[in-house]
Amino acid sequence: MSEAVIEIERLNTRFGDAVVHRDVGFSVARGEIFALVGASGCGKSTLLRETIVLQRPQSGSIRVFGQEVVGMDDEAALALRRRWGVMFERGALFSALTVSENVTMVLEEHTDLGPALRAEVAALKIALTGLPPDAGPKYPSELSGGMRKRAALARAMALDPELLFLDEPTAGLDPLSATGIDELVRNLRDALGLTIMMVTHDLDLLWRTADRVAVLGDGRILGIGTMNELSKSDDALIREYFYGPRGRAAREQAWNRR
Amino acid sequence: MTPTPTPQATERADITTGDSPGELRCSGAWVLHALTALERRVAALPAARERELRIDASAVTAMDTSGAWLLVRTLRALAARGAAVRLAGLRPEFDALVKLIEARMRAEGPVRSRAPGMLERVGRKAWEETLSAFGLLAFVGEGTLALARALADPRRIRWRPILYNIQTAGFEALPITGLLSFLMGIVIAYQGATQLQRFGANIYVVDLVALSMVRELSPLITAIIVAGRSGSAYAAQIGTMKVTEEIDALRTIGVGPLELLVLPKVIALMIALPLLTVYTDVMGVLGGMVMARPQLGISFGTFVERLGEAVSLSSYLIGIGKAPVFAVIVALVGCYQGFQVTGSAESVGRRTTVSVVQSIFLVILVDALFSIVFNWLKL
Repeated sequence: MSEAVIEIERLNTRFGDAVVHRDVGFSVARGEIFALVGASGCGKSTLLRETIVLQRPQSGSIRVFGQEVVGMDDEAALALRRRWGVMFERGALFSALTVSENVTMVLEEHTDLGPALRAEVAALKIALTGLPPDAGPKYPSELSGGMRKRAALARAMALDPELLFLDEPTAGLDPLSATGIDELVRNLRDALGLTIMMVTHDLDLLWRTADRVAVLGDGRILGIGTMNELSKSDDALIREYFYGPRGRAAREQAWNRR
Repeated sequence: MTPTPTPQATERADITTGDSPGELRCSGAWVLHALTALERRVAALPAARERELRIDASAVTAMDTSGAWLLVRTLRALAARGAAVRLAGLRPEFDALVKLIEARMRAEGPVRSRAPGMLERVGRKAWEETLSAFGLLAFVGEGTLALARALADPRRIRWRPILYNIQTAGFEALPITGLLSFLMGIVIAYQGATQLQRFGANIYVVDLVALSMVRELSPLITAIIVAGRSGSAYAAQIGTMKVTEEIDALRTIGVGPLELLVLPKVIALMIALPLLTVYTDVMGVLGGMVMARPQLGISFGTFVERLGEAVSLSSYLIGIGKAPVFAVIVALVGCYQGFQVTGSAESVGRRTTVSVVQSIFLVILVDALFSIVFNWLKL
């Protein structure tokens, strides 16, 4: 396996008495599309937030690009944050700014590009995510849910990050838009060599894009591996997750495509 | 803030003319952080006169979407001058990236929204203001209808939010309104003291303090404080609910937002504001009384005795009678501005500000109208 971009070891998280993670550990290799799955409330998003230094675990170690991020302060995290992009579940676009301002704002903060160049690079990022060019001057409230996700992705990609975190990239999208996101994620990885860590419930997205998947449940990693490996797992919870009626349909589709 | 280069981006990106005519050489890391310098290099390239151009990109060590974009843009610019451009030597992974960018990139630049001219801005603003005035009027009408429906069928009145609003807008405002009107009473008595002493009319400080507080100042101060405390809260609450589509959710459940969100607030303020005014009357007069003893030598007993003569019942009732009117203004303007919120968080802030400014403006305007009308009626 090539160089690890994210390494998590013996991670423990508690909210009061509720244990969210108990000695969780895994690593994500460079150029990999890694997915975290699990039932709602199993701590997937918490794990993501801990990795991007928004939340602090009780104990354990998370190394990103070889640097320990647990307990890192904002100033130290800044250098790392420039190397990764985050797309939040609900987009989290700045509602007072247009889509293209949302992207140029990041460029303005972190690069020496002039205004004209910033606008052109922003237009490129917006085009890359498959948004029409007239989406640039629109405000987030004027966009549909799917377009907002794409705009959020454009902002996450603003600095050409090496690592991309996606929180539920397809949640709330129609199947067609979701398929668009699938292809986008694959394309980005193939063309840019990005490492992608995502949290998702979307089984189609998992079958189509994920290289490796970790199933989180009961505060631990229930299983980790390719979708094929996991679908052959004996663990009751994993089977339930992948062999519910929806899981079966997604799996059959994936087979039919082969 | 200086951008830190990513590890593979340390080699400087460049584009130069090659050894043979009609050849351009690209080298280094074509990445975002090198973009400004790189664009300058592209612009500085001597205009090629050759019909055929060969771009040798074998020395490119790194490339991201921004670098690929600049390369594609350069290629297109050269092609637009009529040259046949051939790209060679690019690493396969970078080549795939360039292909992706080429497929996604449109010929035209970014779409910019046109800045409106002076006349257009004035026109738009005027139209917005007109619409806003009509909107407020329509809102008052809708509110009245909702109230009429509620009165026709009193079971529809929601008592719990009314009581809750009386507590937050009325009871919890007691300390601040009381303190301010007490201080106001002190200030008026203190300012009046020197003037009155000069004429030996010490006792008239009671008239000065009591009449100005009871008839004008205490209803006004109370309404202004409540506009700042509660009117703004109404606008922010309803505005945020609008952003999160809670208002739409209420409609789909079949609960009128006016009935649930506006009526209880209006009714609660109509009850709370007159009560608060009575309280601030007392506190204001008390302030004057405390000041009158050391400054003018008027004992508390004398002060209270004079009070009955100084303030007629009509003056007292006029003061308190204004309060429900102010209450309706503050509650309706706050709620109306909340409903005007569109989409963004910034809009919530703007509408909250507007609600306070507008309700204070209207309260003072209506107070002036009251004075004129009472003057006509010789009250």
